[in-house]
Amino acid sequence: MVRVYDLGHSRAGDKGNTSNVSVIAYDARAWEILERELTAGRVARAYGHITAGPVRRYVLPKLRALNFVIEGALGGGVTRSLAQDKHGKSLSTLILTIELPDR
Amino acid sequence: MTERPLRIGVGAGFSDDRVGPAVALAESGEIDYLVFECLAERTVARENLARTDNPEAGYTPRLIERMEAVLPHCLRHGIRIVTNMGAANPLAAARATQAVAQAAGLGPLSVATVAGDDVADLLRARPDLVLEDGRPIEAILPQMVSANAYLGAGPIVAALETGAQVVITGRVADPSLFLAPMVHHHGWAADDWPRIAAGTLAGHLLECSTQVSGGCFADPGIKEVPGLEDLGNPIGEIGADGRVVITKLAGTGGRVDAATCTEQLLYEMHDPAGYLTPDCVLDVTDVGFAPDGVNRICATGARAAPPTSSYKVTIGYHDGYIGEGEVSYAGINAVARAELAAEVVRARLARNGHHYSEMRTDLIGMSSLHGMGAGRPEPYEVRLRIAARCGSAAAARAVGTEIRAMHVNGPAGGGGGSDPAVRKVLAVASALIPRDLVRPQVHLHDGQEG
Repeated sequence: MVRVYDLGHSRAGDKGNTSNVSVIAYDARAWEILERELTAGRVARAYGHITAGPVRRYVLPKLRALNFVIEGALGGGVTRSLAQDKHGKSLSTLILTIELPDR
Repeated sequence: MTERPLRIGVGAGFSDDRVGPAVALAESGEIDYLVFECLAERTVARENLARTDNPEAGYTPRLIERMEAVLPHCLRHGIRIVTNMGAANPLAAARATQAVAQAAGLGPLSVATVAGDDVADLLRARPDLVLEDGRPIEAILPQMVSANAYLGAGPIVAALETGAQVVITGRVADPSLFLAPMVHHHGWAADDWPRIAAGTLAGHLLECSTQVSGGCFADPGIKEVPGLEDLGNPIGEIGADGRVVITKLAGTGGRVDAATCTEQLLYEMHDPAGYLTPDCVLDVTDVGFAPDGVNRICATGARAAPPTSSYKVTIGYHDGYIGEGEVSYAGINAVARAELAAEVVRARLARNGHHYSEMRTDLIGMSSLHGMGAGRPEPYEVRLRIAARCGSAAAARAVGTEIRAMHVNGPAGGGGGSDPAVRKVLAVASALIPRDLVRPQVHLHDGQEG
């Protein structure tokens, strides 16, 4: 198993009650694993205790990047949320804890 | 010989952004424009309330501080300023900016304002329109304090055409603040899609300032950012043909490379093939980032289609109160004591006669950011935080007061309780309205009158 943390880097953005979390591969080998294994389903499970989703995945092969759009992740949105991190900026580091099969 | 590209510096990428790096850009960045993006989602709603109390208020409070810091340098170097710091009152912001120039002995200052983003009256006349979450607009009309459409580059270009030194807007789309100077300077047509695409891409990359030049990026040992303490604001170089280079002020800290640019490209983006702005529908699926020297990245491959027939509107509305408080525990069994304190506080709140529609318990140091995932190790110290939504300030205050009582009336060793916090909530909701209902207005204030 390999951590997403060791394969790529991430940033999270907010729009309303939806968080988007990118994962950008460090190299071609890492991209191969990320593209194959980091599915919307795996991400939905990792964020499942925060939101029921849904989670949509977008693939940007030229940039070796994935973009996950995670609905319902921001406690009702930046302006209403009871959370400390209302923008969900720290949600980028949750995706990096996911472990993937490396073959 | 090719013409020198337009150089646009970023003065601020959010309302609380640092001021010093903007001054450095104005002093020695050899820029043509300095653009400040300072409006969070609810800022306009909050400032609308401020204007109700004081007709000369309603622009972002830090406008004066920022203008005092950069205006002398901008006027000396012929740098024009574009900003959305006008918030709910661009006219008052223009007067305040002119007063700053006057007080600094900089002479009359011409300021152009963009208004017409306020569509509250329009919405009151159209309660049939629907919110993004499916509710009819009339559901929040009684609590509505503001409604503002995200205007595009068009009216900002018109404001620049007046020749004004400073352009101040209310709500406009963030990338449009940057696209407008490009359109104005290079004389691009509003439907020159390859160039509008390039300019919107540049605007999107620049709109959060240092998030493209090394901010929000460092992870020690893994992703290093040199000189983070001297992080420099970014500069966009835009050629007449739409060639885009992202860079930063020489001698500052930070980094501009494919990694920082890719993170920022996808920031706040949903479908990369359909990023909606008032100026176009941007497709970044074929974008690439190529090195163009040290801390210089050439961004290519953006495509654009014509914009949709709607403007996005942000509606601010009163949404009750949030009360919260915190208290800390340490040492052996700290987590169990924090959890007992949470149970006690929640039980006491349940009996106090107030109604809480939503309550959240966080163990800071353990579960406050990523929730309580399986297999989390117990920390040595933990800080309990409870936040609750309710209908009155008294109910909100009770939350923090009960948590504060944990110093004496709770489990062992609870310390460092926070002062009870009460927040009146200004929430925002989104809707789409037909573009042709909105009438942007541009006014020139030449600074000669009065």
